[in-house]
Amino acid sequence: MALIGKPKIKSIPYEDFKDNESLEKMINELNAHGTNVIVTSLDKLINWGRSNSLWPLTFGTSCCAIELMALGAARFDMARFGFEVTRTSPRQADVILVCGTITNKMAPVLKRLYDQMAEPKYVVAIGGCTCTGGPFTKSYHVVKGVDKILPVDVYVPGCPPRPEAFLYGMMQLQRKVKIENYLGTVNRKEKDPYKEEAKQLKKEIFNQEEKA
Amino acid sequence: MTLDIKTVASSELHDEMMRLKQERQMDFLVNLIGMDWGEEGCLGVIYMLESSKTGETAEIKTSTMDREHPYLPSVSDIWQIANIYEREVYDFYGIIFLNHPDMRRLFLREDWQGFPFRKDAQPEEENPLRMDNEPLADTTKEYFLNSDGSIGVKENVIFAPEDYVINVGPQHPSTHGVLHMRTRLDGETVTRIDPVLGYIHRGIEKISESLTYPQTLALTDRLDYLSAMQNRHALCMCIEKAIGLEITPRVQYIRTIMDELQRIDSHLLYYGALVMDVGALTAFFYVFREREMLLKIFEDNFGGRLIMNYNTIGGVMYDIRPDFVKQVKEFEKALRKRFHEYQDIYSTNVIALNRMVGVGTLSREDAISFGCAGPVGRACGWHNDIRKRHPYALYDQVEFKETIREEGDSNARHLNRMDEMLESLNIIDQLIDNIPEGDFQTKRKPIVKLPEGSFYQAVESSRGEFGVFIESKGDKSPYRLHYRSNGLPLVAAMDTACRGAKIADLIAIGGTMDFVIPDIDR
Repeated sequence: MALIGKPKIKSIPYEDFKDNESLEKMINELNAHGTNVIVTSLDKLINWGRSNSLWPLTFGTSCCAIELMALGAARFDMARFGFEVTRTSPRQADVILVCGTITNKMAPVLKRLYDQMAEPKYVVAIGGCTCTGGPFTKSYHVVKGVDKILPVDVYVPGCPPRPEAFLYGMMQLQRKVKIENYLGTVNRKEKDPYKEEAKQLKKEIFNQEEKA
Repeated sequence: MTLDIKTVASSELHDEMMRLKQERQMDFLVNLIGMDWGEEGCLGVIYMLESSKTGETAEIKTSTMDREHPYLPSVSDIWQIANIYEREVYDFYGIIFLNHPDMRRLFLREDWQGFPFRKDAQPEEENPLRMDNEPLADTTKEYFLNSDGSIGVKENVIFAPEDYVINVGPQHPSTHGVLHMRTRLDGETVTRIDPVLGYIHRGIEKISESLTYPQTLALTDRLDYLSAMQNRHALCMCIEKAIGLEITPRVQYIRTIMDELQRIDSHLLYYGALVMDVGALTAFFYVFREREMLLKIFEDNFGGRLIMNYNTIGGVMYDIRPDFVKQVKEFEKALRKRFHEYQDIYSTNVIALNRMVGVGTLSREDAISFGCAGPVGRACGWHNDIRKRHPYALYDQVEFKETIREEGDSNARHLNRMDEMLESLNIIDQLIDNIPEGDFQTKRKPIVKLPEGSFYQAVESSRGEFGVFIESKGDKSPYRLHYRSNGLPLVAAMDTACRGAKIADLIAIGGTMDFVIPDIDR
């Protein structure tokens, strides 16, 4: 039975969003693996809470970060959607908004910040520079697309994108969060290092016991 | 203006520079530009000097024929800013400056291979993306000339093993971008700051060498995005003067008004960022209320809020809209009416005064030696406003005061910026009713070719002197395009300004310096 349904966003109908196909593909995949009535109902509740309190990490390297500041101020006010709790520490953040060009020197720093964030975590690439390299594709010191180093969930093109585009991108992320299978962590992006370690340990103990 | 550059042999350079500084009082090193002249002169440097007393200027160049081991004498003992400029030239061209105390790379990683700005360099092939953490050395090398003519190397210590060093940045909410300051502390007192730059170095100057002149315009807005108008104005003016293109009075009026609107925009954001840095939040919402009014004007007239792409060679992209004058007047009225709120909530607040008065003092001599033009230099009593020194556009026809304070501390820098907003409003006041009719674009040839030579144009951007240097060989694209960053001197001066201050004041001092990192790293 297909329990995971289409995600709803208040005041914008489902059809008005773009790229519904990839979302439906994700839903079908999740449903195909089998769904549990209790777990899925719990998921829905948890995801409702998670999607409405996505805490971004304040990470800005250039121009787009100024638009992020404007987004926090009164005219656009991202507090309406629950994104206003910008964290300065990656350990408290849910989503990293990559605002601005990422250079070769910055790339290891960004990767480290991403690694410091706790699961489940998301990446939004904001601006032409982070999507593809933008006007600096000819440069010798610019990473041509942040997806070369991080798994990106939503792309928001523009130079810089208008605040409305920021909000639209964040709503797309909310929709993605809403359908996720939170319990059971099938959406985990990185392999659990402890799980691997535990497996290895178990194997060793088993081998030793067998020897004995 | 076209530059007349005097050539000096590298062996006599240091004495000649010393003479210029002492006899002709050339105490302001405007620019130090690395060059690769290819076949004819190999590697070299162009120095642009100015006297803060007489206003005289001088341009000197020197070169070395050796590409394998290029050595030139350092002038870092004459002007303090030369220290960081020479590191930049070493980073880009590999020229080693003798007797320079700190010959490290400035922007690129320490394990970077080759020198990207050389004409024969292939930086991308030699340097794939490295994901390992960057090594940061605690020692540096100094090269000097022995009496027998050989080159000696000495090791200088930046941080000793027993020093307590903390990293502020590169990911820090209050460094206004990705600035990394290695800070040595004695208890709570800052004893040394070593800025590590280049986290947003995109090589704009190098990219520009492969673009045509109209294409190079696009990248100026991304340098210092809060001085987007003035930056592009400078490059357009430099090209227009080089090809002898006259622009209409209407364009002059529009450009001057836009420059001042941009200055207000930048200072408003400066104020919001500063109060957030020192721990207040309400004032941030106050300034963004007015800033959004200003951004609405920008949006309506040229579609962009931050990156405008408005000036073009010979004019502006579109004519102003019919209701532009009305909008600007409404904004002006609103800002004047609410301006006292900023002063009440922050500038006269006793907590703010305790954080700013007498903190981060920079002397006049240091400000000139570091080349900290703009509101920071003017807070130390240095008259350095380009709009007064070398008037451009309509600045010789309008009346305005150059805001000068003598204290040189954080508070003086802050109040200077607040006063400048009102001065900008006064300038707009004088112009807004008299915008003449006419074309907004002068007709020009579709292909822009600059005559052979060197050209320089400076403007007063939101945070100091922004300069454009073009060396042309008569082609469609520049042979060398150099931007004088107005933030690099400010970062270089942070070490002097912060010594002896508390670690918490480091953020407040940085806030009043108001640097924009993409402009520093270029």
